[in-house]
Amino acid sequence: MSDIPQFTAVNLLTGFLGSGKTTLLRRMLADPALADTAVLINEFGEAGLDHHLVERIDENMVLLQSGCICCTVRGELVDALRDLHSRRERGLIPVFSRVMIESTGLADPFPTLSTIKADPVLRHHFRPGNVITTVDAVNGEGNLDVYVESNRQAAIADWLVLTKTDLVGADVIEALEKRLRQLNPDATVIDVHDEALSVAALVGSSDATRGNGLQSVSGFYCEDSRELVTASGEVHSAAFRSFVITIDQAIDWTAFGIWLTMLLNRHGDRVLRVKGILNIAGEDRPVAIHGVRHLVHTPVHMGGWPSEDRRSHIVFIVDGLDATLLKRSFEAFAVVSSEPAHGPTPLMSQNR
Amino acid sequence: MCSLCGVLGGAEHWSDAAARPGVFTRNVERIDRRRERANRVAAANRILAAYALTLSDWQGSSFVLANKTGKSEVIEDLGHLWPAAERMIGRPCDPLDPGLVARLEDERRV
Repeated sequence: MSDIPQFTAVNLLTGFLGSGKTTLLRRMLADPALADTAVLINEFGEAGLDHHLVERIDENMVLLQSGCICCTVRGELVDALRDLHSRRERGLIPVFSRVMIESTGLADPFPTLSTIKADPVLRHHFRPGNVITTVDAVNGEGNLDVYVESNRQAAIADWLVLTKTDLVGADVIEALEKRLRQLNPDATVIDVHDEALSVAALVGSSDATRGNGLQSVSGFYCEDSRELVTASGEVHSAAFRSFVITIDQAIDWTAFGIWLTMLLNRHGDRVLRVKGILNIAGEDRPVAIHGVRHLVHTPVHMGGWPSEDRRSHIVFIVDGLDATLLKRSFEAFAVVSSEPAHGPTPLMSQNR
Repeated sequence: MCSLCGVLGGAEHWSDAAARPGVFTRNVERIDRRRERANRVAAANRILAAYALTLSDWQGSSFVLANKTGKSEVIEDLGHLWPAAERMIGRPCDPLDPGLVARLEDERRV
């Protein structure tokens, strides 16, 4: 059983009702990159249908049918993953190196990831992988206006896949993309019809990929973060907000850990996303951190700096937290190291 | 287990400098490990002072959180520190509490 990976990535495919999750899953399953993938499909309602639509019923596919994955199915999800793992270890099913979960359109995506991390068995065998969120170009803006679930699904995404873009004009797509970038500035937005859409890239391959995924061509994905507003210009009722803390000096890892654990303990429900590249005092290479609400992934040493910029950048996507106070708190906790790393520059040079 | 943090006793916490290739680590050498734990205790105590709590190392494997009257609790890592501190003082430990932030800012100016 040496082919069984030490940790199996669990990718989550989410997106609002009717946004094209199953269509995308069908396309992904036809791609060789997903050949060794176990699939879990969750549906809300009496009768499961999606698993018929994907047309790939085999022993590696499980339908979680008893309700929404964010609440009632959590136990079932644990059981299904444990069962898959057990059958793989006993050689009863082919070795799979990845799990793909298609969640219901109304699911809050966070509990799924925390379930994997919290379960005493699963945490030793599975790791949360990329989150792929489909956003319907026809109804996407309307859903973001009305449904908090839609905002959460977009905020958590590593990849935002725009669907139904052939049904609307370029101006609608542009407006939707702009809105999504405000909500989740460091996710990659891609059109489902784009020939460059790579299934292998969507699912990623390892934690190292996640760290490197923080890099954009210009160095970092968070150049357009600001307060999230509705189309009418009002601050969004859900008070989602993204902002970046940029720190010129090296960071004291220990103080940072104390500050972030304290923040997530008290406000983890409202920290939808925290993601960053850190210049740690005493370290040559940057360290990538990646967290979703109360869950923080194991920090990853990146291979090198993405650009000449040696500052630390931390992206926050929060729900109702005061960004100014959060930055003040960060500074007051002495998260920066006493070791001057890059000269007498301002502590926070970027404040959006 | 802390149901909020998803942290299990004895398991590795993200803030630990895990001695494993490919992840953030400063625990490779014994001296580093001791220094890291000492730093951790000192940094935590700076914040815990605002709540009249103290943290100390326990045999290099756990930490002991205590209040002024001697009530104490063993914790494994930073993931357990704040829920334990809140239980001990009976109120939230909020890093965004303006009073706490102002206090820490004053300390930094001294």
